[in-house]
Amino acid sequence: MPRLVSHPDEIKLVSRRFGMGATNIDRYLELGGYEAVKKCLAQGPEWIVEEMKASGLRGRGGAGFSAGMKWSFVPKQSAKPKYILVNGDESEPGTCKDHLIFLHDPHAVIEGTIIAGLAVGAKMGFIYLRGEYRYLLEIMERAVADAYDRGYLGKNIFGSGNEFQIITQTGAGAYEVGEESALMESLEGKRGVPRIKPPFPAVVGLYGGPTVINNAETIATVPQVITMGAQAYAALGTPRNGGTRLFCISGHVERPGVYELPMGYNLKKMIYEVAGGIRGGRKLKAVVPGGSSTPVLLPEEIDIGMDFDQVGKAGSMLGSGGVVVIDDQTCIVEFALRTISFYAHESCGWCIPCREGTDWLKKSLTRFHAGFGTDADIGNMQYLAENMLGRTFCPLGDAAAMPTIAFLKKFRKEFEDHLNGTPCPFAREGVPQLTVV
Amino acid sequence: MPDVTFTVDGKKLTAPAGTLLIDACRKAGIEIPAFCYYPGLSLQAACRMCVVRQEKVPKLQTACTTTVAEGQVFITESPEIAQARKATIELLLGNHPLDCPVCDAGGECELQDMTFKYGAGESHYVEVKHHRDEQQWSPAVFYDRPRCILCYRCIRMCGEGMDVWALGIHNRGANSVIVPNDHQQLDCEQCGMCIDVCPVGALTSGSYRYKTRPWEMSHVSTVCTHCADGCKVTLGVRSTNDGAEIVRADNRDKSGINNDFLCAKGRFGFDFVESPDRLTQPLVRNAAGKLEPATWEHALRVAAAKLKEIRDARGGAAIGVIGSDRTTNEENYLLQKFARTVLQTNNIDHERTTDYAAFAHALAGTAGKTASLRDISSACAILLVGGNPTEEHPLLAWLLRTNVRLNRARLYIANSKPIKLDRQAKATQELPPDGFKSLAAFLDQGTSDFSKSLQAEESLVVLFGEEFRGEAVENLVAWGLKRGNVRFAYLGDHSNSRGAADMGLFPDLLPGYVPIEAPGAFAEYPNRPAAPGKTLPQMLEAASNGELGALLVVGANPVSRAKLDHAALKNTFIIVQDLFLTETAALADVVLPAASLYEKSGTVTNTYGDIQMVRKAADRAGVKPDFEILVRLAGAMGVDVSTLVPFGKRGTTGDLGQSRGAQAGEADRHAVWLEANNLEPKLSPFDPLALLDEIERLVPGYTLDRINLFAGNDVHTKLEATPGFVPVQALSNPDLIVPAHDTLFTSGTLGQYSTALKQLTQHQAKELAETAAD
Amino acid sequence: MSPTSETMSLFSPALARRFDALVEKYPVKRSALIPMLLYAQDEVGYLSDAVVAEVAQRIGITELEVRNVATYYSMLRFKPAGKFNIQVCTNISCMLRGAYEVYERFQEELGVGPKGVTSDGLFSVEEVECIGACCWAPAIQVNYDFHDDLKPDLVPGILDQYRNPIQDQEKDQEKNA
Repeated sequence: MPRLVSHPDEIKLVSRRFGMGATNIDRYLELGGYEAVKKCLAQGPEWIVEEMKASGLRGRGGAGFSAGMKWSFVPKQSAKPKYILVNGDESEPGTCKDHLIFLHDPHAVIEGTIIAGLAVGAKMGFIYLRGEYRYLLEIMERAVADAYDRGYLGKNIFGSGNEFQIITQTGAGAYEVGEESALMESLEGKRGVPRIKPPFPAVVGLYGGPTVINNAETIATVPQVITMGAQAYAALGTPRNGGTRLFCISGHVERPGVYELPMGYNLKKMIYEVAGGIRGGRKLKAVVPGGSSTPVLLPEEIDIGMDFDQVGKAGSMLGSGGVVVIDDQTCIVEFALRTISFYAHESCGWCIPCREGTDWLKKSLTRFHAGFGTDADIGNMQYLAENMLGRTFCPLGDAAAMPTIAFLKKFRKEFEDHLNGTPCPFAREGVPQLTVV
Repeated sequence: MPDVTFTVDGKKLTAPAGTLLIDACRKAGIEIPAFCYYPGLSLQAACRMCVVRQEKVPKLQTACTTTVAEGQVFITESPEIAQARKATIELLLGNHPLDCPVCDAGGECELQDMTFKYGAGESHYVEVKHHRDEQQWSPAVFYDRPRCILCYRCIRMCGEGMDVWALGIHNRGANSVIVPNDHQQLDCEQCGMCIDVCPVGALTSGSYRYKTRPWEMSHVSTVCTHCADGCKVTLGVRSTNDGAEIVRADNRDKSGINNDFLCAKGRFGFDFVESPDRLTQPLVRNAAGKLEPATWEHALRVAAAKLKEIRDARGGAAIGVIGSDRTTNEENYLLQKFARTVLQTNNIDHERTTDYAAFAHALAGTAGKTASLRDISSACAILLVGGNPTEEHPLLAWLLRTNVRLNRARLYIANSKPIKLDRQAKATQELPPDGFKSLAAFLDQGTSDFSKSLQAEESLVVLFGEEFRGEAVENLVAWGLKRGNVRFAYLGDHSNSRGAADMGLFPDLLPGYVPIEAPGAFAEYPNRPAAPGKTLPQMLEAASNGELGALLVVGANPVSRAKLDHAALKNTFIIVQDLFLTETAALADVVLPAASLYEKSGTVTNTYGDIQMVRKAADRAGVKPDFEILVRLAGAMGVDVSTLVPFGKRGTTGDLGQSRGAQAGEADRHAVWLEANNLEPKLSPFDPLALLDEIERLVPGYTLDRINLFAGNDVHTKLEATPGFVPVQALSNPDLIVPAHDTLFTSGTLGQYSTALKQLTQHQAKELAETAAD
Repeated sequence: MSPTSETMSLFSPALARRFDALVEKYPVKRSALIPMLLYAQDEVGYLSDAVVAEVAQRIGITELEVRNVATYYSMLRFKPAGKFNIQVCTNISCMLRGAYEVYERFQEELGVGPKGVTSDGLFSVEEVECIGACCWAPAIQVNYDFHDDLKPDLVPGILDQYRNPIQDQEKDQEKNA
């Protein structure tokens, strides 16, 4: 069972029911559950969308797009059915927040989905969980069944005359399916290859119908926004970055875990105070601030607020909220290789720059880390990554290129130290040299 | 869509709103490179080669998915864009084997061309390349994974274009691989379209691979000799010791109605030409009763002497002539002219596979009622009754699918059995096996949804199959004419069945379906007999009875079709012109080795009445085109051949034209026209085009747009120009029609001598057996 | 008789019934494909030719299409794995906290290499990408069970849990008692 953590600086909204037995529907109700949806039923769709816009809630999947704006793009009238799609294909390395939401508060996801449905006039929602989360899928399935039993889902939800159905769905192992249009393809029983945009999902999405697709955390936040009010929620964060966020702090810290902190919380404080500092009293070497696709930050770059804008200004991205902390005993070349080999493994292969580029980077880094690198390799990898950037079909190519460029730029010396047959300076006794086949 | 104006590289362009930028640019002569984009197939945006800069848009955009709108500004060539394209090619080359020296595509490879253009001349890639062994998927298709750039053209062509869906993609990322549908074997229509659209040498053809380099071939654009759709085909030809061989067939120049489409027969079935069974020497039956090789002079002398002797002694009625469904219009025209004016007989027929005479009869006196093949690709609504285009008219099936897919045409199908095209149909109507005759009445009732939606169609193209003959054709056409705004096409077999019928290979009909009794018809034919002659079965019966002294058979095999006893024909002197020693040729007294359609020039008419030029591609020492054989035969009979073929720069003499009454100077006129159009005057009596003027002048409906025809385009003839009919006996006997029902891998006699088609037949039979066993 | 009925299916009656319901569940039948493949694999162990054929038939698509999709997803396999498939995450968060040491230890304990299956067919071990347990790293999955906060020394104990599930249950009962 994943360990829960807490810290006084936390403001528990999304995580407020974690560890409180809220998988049980009665317990969820005791804890104020399904009140938000009732409020929404009373207020109507326009009000919901306006509240969401005012809340400043930005997508928690990584792109950080305003949830309210996204909902407002859905056409009022549509010949085809509209759908709500909950993206629980949490796969960005360093990210495990949705894991806890599904585990501890499945009804919050259901409630948020219903509210999204009411807001845009959809009658059906899908909750898509990555295939590895089987035990969480079972929890979700039970919660959905309970909600149906209570009449919170079905033809006449809460006796309001509105219809809303929820179908839970499992993936089967594919990072790329986290991309919204690839997820729709997967849900339609196809290869998880992204679609050409435009048209955007809000107009032509799942089964060709207008579709709202939101990250599971975003959806689970929706009832909180409704309950506490948009203004109060927005006030918790920084300008244009409303509310709180689940930050997944992993790697070389004393107390790794998922912490709910206000948007804009200082990264340095997050590492040294909230997560207890670097493990074993070692020194900090680098931080990956928002999941493995975000450019690495040096220790001197981390005195920043963790919101979309401030991290962006620092040359990286807030991403999915996965803060990976790296200590000074870590080989950055090895870390880069492990990062890139993930993207090579997960590239869907659709477009040339990503398919060939990730494969090429992985092979070069493997050889490089094994001690067979040359001077030219560093330049070549940089050239390659720069030529992938912005040229791929979907953001996965960028996700591989951006960290590569950052590693090469910020740790060039360490790459150079691997040259001329020098063994990896961080090779440890009993630990095999990482060579990815 | 209204036109919009936008700017590309500083040039103002105009195109309908919503046009893809890549199409708009290409139309304006601005080349935008692309691997995955393929006109008519779904969009991919996968290769990232077509990236362009759009004003006010942060990232480079793919021109293949960008639709143009008013006021947009694009840049398609800049250092930034060139670098993006170069980098993409470098990435592709990273895992590419660069085995261009042994690659079939070398020299006509899009990857090579782009590498050349964008100068990805330096390899940064020092890693080990992915390797997978080459696979053979079928006798026709080989796959070389390392060369594959994953543009998905093959998958889309097979699925969207062919509706076969035999190709897929497995795995992901750099391990992605194109796969066939049956465990590394292809169970499909073997059309080879996947090979054709492959921009590199990843998919190669079993018949072409490792045979030649592209630049060693000459390319000749002609017409396929197999089915009655008449696809244009470009034959890749290479010199050999005894002529020129065909090494490849495709239509990459996308000329003609078929664009780039070819079926298995068109693409792979040309190899009958090279069959070791080809006749390359004339054969004459010797005193011992055995066929033995002879010189052309001897064989022609023997044949001519016998024909002359029988004509002079017993009259032309003692001679029969059987023509071909595969020879050119000029050859067919010449054959009937030779029969009627030299042999003095109306005993002329061909192996009828389609009742074109009934069709002409039904349409007589109307105008603009025949559908060309081009009409099929643009019609809004099509009714297909009977037939099975996927098997028997692959191009028609392709055009129907494409029209439905891209233009949302509405296809209605009435048939007694399910056919593959049902998948594209808006509505289908199952008919009882004998229900074709009463179809018109059924549709008139209009009670079914099928007939109701049909009636609601503003315009209609009616395609009907060989289930219709005689009266049934007349009824269907009458139904259509009554409803109005309709055009028809009759689906026949063989590459020039329609031409054989149009050119009057009938005992009772002259060229253009002119009844033989029509007053004043073909008045310029000297001494043509007035009474109708014998039909093909009647001729064979007469021969069996000893009533027929001689039988001239050109490119036909009536003995096989009639299952005749060999002894039955012993009293008839038989002359056969053919490519192979067919059952009929084996009984002949003189066998004259003929050239195939790929070895001669002329014109052919497809079943829709579209006439196209045939050009000589291959050559084989020893054989002669049927046209030349007939001219030489006539010459050997002592005939002034200029009465048959008006030739020569100024005509042979002035009186040739004068003998034709008002149309003075046939040959002169021809020469004048040729000179005016900078074409070569016909100086030889063996040049079939010397007859084209006469055909155009005398055959109703063959008024031709010559510039287009000579430029290699299809020109629609007008069957309706046929004059009013008097009912004649031949029409009332639909039993004379024996459809060939050739399928994807059969092609009458020719198919029997094609190794490629036999292999494909065996391969697909095996696939079928495996499927059945599953 | 339709092969979707329990009698003709190669799946257990319960799973066959589940599949019958699954294809009815979605607005479009094909949406059932990926769950169906995963559940079929859970029962049969891998996607055999027969599984692919039956799934294709149930969904109403070609076997080629099923394979196009199935080969895309990394959890789906076409060869048998061990009864307990140990998936060791070695992605960054886990790597930083010793995932490779854990992975090595599993291979040593089981005497098999990457993707290897023990001779008794009980275990297989493979390296996988991020499984979404980064804050409790290093983590593994044995089939669908998560085990987190691992150290190499915990490896034998985990294997024992699966080797002797009955003993374990008894132990649990004792504990509860």
